[in-house]
Amino acid sequence: MAIAINGTDYSLPDDPRVSLLDLLRERIGLTGTKLGCNQGACGACTVILDGERVLSCLTLAVQADGRAVTTIEGLSKQGDMHPLQRAFIEHDGLQCGYCTPGQICSAVAMLGEMRRGDPSYVTADLVAGQGSTTREEIRERMSGNLCRCGAHHGIVEAIEEQLVGDAA
Amino acid sequence: MTPFDYRRAVDQTEALSLAAAGHCRFLGGGTNLVDLMRQNIEAPAALVDVSRLPATIDVTSEGGLIIGAAVRNSAVAAHPVVRAHYPMLSRALLAGASAQIRNMATVGGNLMQRTRCSYFYDAAGSRCNKRDPGAGCDAIDGLSRNHAILGTSEHCIATLPSDMCVALAALDAIVHLDGPMGPRSVPLLDFHQLPGTTPHIETVLRPGELITAIAISPSAAAANSRYRKVRDRSSYAFALVSVAAGLDVADGRIRDVRIALGGVAAKPWRAVQAEDVLRGEAPTRENFLRAADVELAAAKPTEANAFKIELAKRTMAAVLGDLTGAGA
Repeated sequence: MAIAINGTDYSLPDDPRVSLLDLLRERIGLTGTKLGCNQGACGACTVILDGERVLSCLTLAVQADGRAVTTIEGLSKQGDMHPLQRAFIEHDGLQCGYCTPGQICSAVAMLGEMRRGDPSYVTADLVAGQGSTTREEIRERMSGNLCRCGAHHGIVEAIEEQLVGDAA
Repeated sequence: MTPFDYRRAVDQTEALSLAAAGHCRFLGGGTNLVDLMRQNIEAPAALVDVSRLPATIDVTSEGGLIIGAAVRNSAVAAHPVVRAHYPMLSRALLAGASAQIRNMATVGGNLMQRTRCSYFYDAAGSRCNKRDPGAGCDAIDGLSRNHAILGTSEHCIATLPSDMCVALAALDAIVHLDGPMGPRSVPLLDFHQLPGTTPHIETVLRPGELITAIAISPSAAAANSRYRKVRDRSSYAFALVSVAAGLDVADGRIRDVRIALGGVAAKPWRAVQAEDVLRGEAPTRENFLRAADVELAAAKPTEANAFKIELAKRTMAAVLGDLTGAGA
């Protein structure tokens, strides 16, 4: 009965009402993951669960039993930022920074979805999957992460740079 | 959130036996139920977690699909057979919520999701016949821009928010159930209930009954199908109106047509009358609009949502037009 969070095992809370978000922030002290709306409307609490992006506010911690969680704290290795973290800085993909951990966790998992060819609502050819790395694709795929400072242009540019890097 | 017991079932048999214990809800991805519990709108004594039951998508010898109830919405949308032979289903799923929520939400949970009517959610300040049968409905004379125009009653004008169910309605999906009385199956079109005098009864599920799978069958209309969702912003919003449609045209005549509307009723609204008008006719914009007129004739809007009638007609004609290709 444990959850592997950024490679370390943590025991489950006794109370099943505890969300994964509250487990991270209040009980383990990993405050990088942010509490926004607490109802699945903003994406600030996005973490990566067994490789897929999910909302930690709507996940009961007990549901993550036996699974692996990666938070923003787990993306950097030995103090080196993840390439996407660096790209967010270079492209001004943030202002106040509150939505940023969720944006980056979301984008990291989104790159995985695009690499394996998953389509989105705006993908013209469903069978072929996503064929180009257009900004429209990025915007649609990142629509679950809101930024009320309005840094979306920089966010899209930062992700686009990673995709271009993929293709090179 | 009211305290509750939590049990995780490893298989269907265990899920059913745990549910037999009493006042419980099955838990899928939790994207709706956990929120409703946090808002104190739902307060089950126990949750039986069925999100880790076997999650398989089986392809039948005829090319049909049996989709396990625990399969995630994102997995259905990305499945190669769904993309190639049931594009309206893939597109409807991709139109729903956000990528994070689609990764969590299960097929069974999607069928069970509840209305996003703001008066239903406002437990502290609003009357709602779904939440509190007999209390009255504050939506009818309230802010009803997003509410239903078809199949409403004087007791409730809420809509079902699911996109997936709209496509499943057009595909004549079958819902497989299992419970204390044994397994049974129900056409998706009969699964959700119109409000009538009992808006708190939303589905035909019996106490302790579990959704186990959804079955769909192939057809030319399913293969040539689309889903279009009209909303206030282009992504991550509920539908004002949505249309799932499939079309099979042979020798200039419509051989088969499937149309379902979302955002307009408490259930996915299969446009049976429009289909009847169109079958055997030429696939022209005039015919599409005429069929839409017939289907929407029974609409009963509020002042705030009368625009949905015209929006539904035009969206229906546009989607059918797209399906005929450049030649129509």
